Amino acid sequence: MFLKEYLSDVAKGVSSLLKGMRKTGYYFTHPKEIITEQYPDNRATLLMSERFKGEVVMPHDANNEHACTGCTACELACPNGTIKVVTKFEVSPEGKKKKAIDALVYRLELCTMCNLCIVACPSDAIKMAPNFEHSVFDRTKLTKILNKPGSKIREGIE
Amino acid sequence: MFSLEGITTSVQDWLFMKFNPTMALAMECVIVILLSISLFAILGLVLVLMERKVAAHIQIRLGPNRVGPGGMFQTVADTLKLIMKEGLVPDMADKFLFNLAPFVVMMVGMLLLAPIAFAKNFQIWDINIGVLYISSVSSLSVIGILMAGWASNNKYSLLGAMRSGAQIVSYELSAGFAVLTIVVLTGSLQLSDIIKAQENGWWIFKGHIPALIAFVLYIIAVTAETNRAPFDLAEAESELTAGFHTEYSGMRFALFFLAEYINIFIVCAIGATLFFGGWMPLHIGHWESFNHIMDYIPSSVWFMGKTFFLIFLIMWFRWTFPRLRVDQLLNLEWKYLLPISLFNLLLVAIIAILGWHF
Repeated sequence: MFLKEYLSDVAKGVSSLLKGMRKTGYYFTHPKEIITEQYPDNRATLLMSERFKGEVVMPHDANNEHACTGCTACELACPNGTIKVVTKFEVSPEGKKKKAIDALVYRLELCTMCNLCIVACPSDAIKMAPNFEHSVFDRTKLTKILNKPGSKIREGIE
Repeated sequence: MFSLEGITTSVQDWLFMKFNPTMALAMECVIVILLSISLFAILGLVLVLMERKVAAHIQIRLGPNRVGPGGMFQTVADTLKLIMKEGLVPDMADKFLFNLAPFVVMMVGMLLLAPIAFAKNFQIWDINIGVLYISSVSSLSVIGILMAGWASNNKYSLLGAMRSGAQIVSYELSAGFAVLTIVVLTGSLQLSDIIKAQENGWWIFKGHIPALIAFVLYIIAVTAETNRAPFDLAEAESELTAGFHTEYSGMRFALFFLAEYINIFIVCAIGATLFFGGWMPLHIGHWESFNHIMDYIPSSVWFMGKTFFLIFLIMWFRWTFPRLRVDQLLNLEWKYLLPISLFNLLLVAIIAILGWHF
């Protein structure tokens, strides 16, 4: 009885080791599986993963319109004061006053890429972009205004 | 056809023609020393590069690929860096032993080179107790490791050295038994005799299951003896920083590093000699034409091919298996490998007496 257990122990051990070696052997003989990105060389074709969080951007459409209502939800959600929403009042042709953003100031050097502002935004006006080459020689260049000059809020977004 | 035997005989003839016998012998000694040192240097460079490439491909990476074509000169650059580095000696270390230890470890590797047959009739010293010589000399390396651990005046080094001592002493047993099975089959301790006995088939094929078991035991035991993962407790990076060579830097560290790879080469060369017929080409029964084609490949290529296959196997182990705990390590040896190898020796003795092997 003891001998049977002993031998089955040995067999189990050997078979599990062989299973591991089959996996690594498969990787060794299949160079296609290699996942290394040779970064500075393949900069043109480099594909970052979809959910990579590099910086906050505000997408604009072809008419230079964005979806930000200036509600300051992102500013409130930000744990370390990265976003500052500067609002203004726009007067529509009917004479109605409407709140809009003057500037959405984003300070990249403070941002921890925690994604809370994107979650908080009710109109999906901001999102995370996958670019990561942020180094600059001047610190002031890290303070960015996300809305493009002359941009307007898209029709129908409240 | 290319053969190293022709080169050696012509060199010897030329030396004996030009000089008196004593002079010629001395010059031959110098040539052998130079050849073995250059073999060591080249092996160190090639094996480290091979290890890094194998590791990278197993871990789905690319490995070194910047220095030279395909990263070929990476290890050369590393060696240059190590030569130029300052060799620090810790303040309270035992200076004499500290400096001596890497050379002891290296020396063991050099001594083990003597009885290995690299090609047909290309052997430094065909000693008639070759296998005994190998198993006795290879256990000397533990002295160098203990020396390094003790002299460093560092608790990690000492722990690593002690673990290494326990490990080498216990795994030597099963390595010895695995070697003995081939000695039983051959009836000789001389390496050239062992190779000659495999003329009509390598022992791993001729010796049935016992030879196969012995080969598996041998590979496990020598992996432990050379202190490589999964048995790298002596230098476990994550727990002991670097074990016995924690305090070594510069060229002394490089010597330890080199010695590790030389030891791998040597145990693989011995494994290839014992189980895969050394420089013997692969012959299959009565396939005359196939055997002739195999004979055409130089014997040195056969030897190196088999040795590097075994080295690859050991590297494959290293990058697949997780490290063992100390108690697991000793359990594996004393509760599994040793009983199995004793039983295997009995089995092979019965087979050899009854003549059941081919």
